[in-house]
Amino acid sequence: MYAFEYHRPTTLAEAAQLASGNEDAKILAGGQTLIPTLKQRLAQPSDVVDLGGIAELRGICEDGDTLVIGATTPHAEVAASAVVRRLIPALAKLAEGIGDAQVRNRGTLGGSICNNDPSADYPAALVGLGATVRTTTRKIAAEDFFTGMFETALEPNEIVTAVSFPRPGKAAYVKFPNPASRYATVGVFVAETGGGVRVAVTGAAPSVYRWTEAEQALSGGLNPAALDGLTVDPDGLNADIHASAEYRASLVKVMAKRAVAASA
Amino acid sequence: MPTVSLQVNGKSVSREVEGRTLLVQLLRDHLGLTGTHVGCDTSQCGACVVHVDGRSVKSCTMLAVQAEGAEVTTIEGLAAADGTLHPMQAAFREHHGLQCGFCTPGMVMSAVDLAQTHGQLDETTVREGLEGNICRCTGYHNIVKAVLAGAEAMRAGVPKAAE
Repeated sequence: MYAFEYHRPTTLAEAAQLASGNEDAKILAGGQTLIPTLKQRLAQPSDVVDLGGIAELRGICEDGDTLVIGATTPHAEVAASAVVRRLIPALAKLAEGIGDAQVRNRGTLGGSICNNDPSADYPAALVGLGATVRTTTRKIAAEDFFTGMFETALEPNEIVTAVSFPRPGKAAYVKFPNPASRYATVGVFVAETGGGVRVAVTGAAPSVYRWTEAEQALSGGLNPAALDGLTVDPDGLNADIHASAEYRASLVKVMAKRAVAASA
Repeated sequence: MPTVSLQVNGKSVSREVEGRTLLVQLLRDHLGLTGTHVGCDTSQCGACVVHVDGRSVKSCTMLAVQAEGAEVTTIEGLAAADGTLHPMQAAFREHHGLQCGFCTPGMVMSAVDLAQTHGQLDETTVREGLEGNICRCTGYHNIVKAVLAGAEAMRAGVPKAAE
C-alpha cells in the first residue's frame, strides 16, 4: 500500500472540508473495497478521510412510511434490524446476502453505492424501490445517482449521508451469486411502489438499470408468467470469465421471474 | 504518524503507526500476537479474522487506525487466564476441527461470532457462516461438527474455570 495522510474527522463539516479541493483524497467508509484496492496499489490517494468517527452517519430510523439508513451503517446491522425487517423485509434479506459475514460486519451502505460496482447488490434495491440518496448538499433520486460503471453523480466534495427508502407493497430481490465471491452475476429487485411496479437489474450491465419492458408486463399484477413472452437482448451486457453476455441475458429473465414469484 | 489507542484482549494499548498499517500488522508485528494469520492477503481467506467490538472482521481489510477506541479480541484472548480453552476451542480439539491448523484461528473467531449471533446453529447456517473462511486442506466436515458442538457448549454456558 502506498503511504497516505490519514484523517479521522468527527463532524460532517470537517469531513467535507478535508475532501473538498483535493481530488487525490479518498473517503473511507467500511473499507471492504477501498482497502483491498489500496493493498493492490490500484489507487494512490494523497489523503484518506475516514468517516468512522462521525456518529450521525450511522443508524436506522423509521420516518412515517420511509426507512432512513445512515451511510456508514454496516450490512449486518441492516440485515438484523427489526425495523428494516418490518418495513422492507426484502432489503434485510438483500443485506444478509452480501459478501460473507466479516464483510457484512464492516461494509457499509454508503460505501457500496458510492463505489457502484456493476455487480453490487445495493444499487438494485435503491433503483428498485425508488430510493433517494441524501448527501451533504442535496437529495438525488437513485436512478440519477448511478451514472455508469463505478461512477455516480457525486461531486468530488460531496458525501453521502443517508438513503431514504419509501416503503413498498410487495418486494423481493433474487440474485445468481458468483460461487466464489458472492457478487451478483445477475440480481433483480422487483417492487410494487407508489409509482407502479419497478424492476431493477444489477450485475448484467455496466451499471444498474430498470427493465422497463418487464415493468409494463407486470403492471397488471406480480405474476411470473407475465414475463414469459419477453426476451433480453445481450447486446451491451457484461461478459467476463464468469458469464457471457448471452448467459447474463438469460439470467436477467430467470432471476426476474424468481423475484416476482418470491414477492407474491 | 498517527497514534492508535485501543483495547487488545482486555489490555489498553497505544502505538504510533503509519496510516497504511493494517490491523493485522499492528497485532502481529507491533504487539507480537502472531496467532492471527495472514493467508491470502486479498480479503478472501479469513485466516486473519479477529473480533472488533464483538464482531468478526478481517484484520487484513481494516487499517489499524480504524480501530481507534475499539475492543479487539484475538485468538490469544479467547482462553481463560488459567489456560482453560474457550468452549469453541475445546470443540475444535475434541472433533479434530483442524488439519494443518493454519486457518484455525480465523475459523474459531468466526465460529464464536456465529454462535453469539445465532445462538442455536444448524449445519446449513454453519456452512454459510463460514463462507468467509477458507480451509486449504478442504476438510470442512470436522470443522462444521466442531462449530456445532462449540456453539452448543457456549449455549449451555460451560462454566469457566474458577480463578
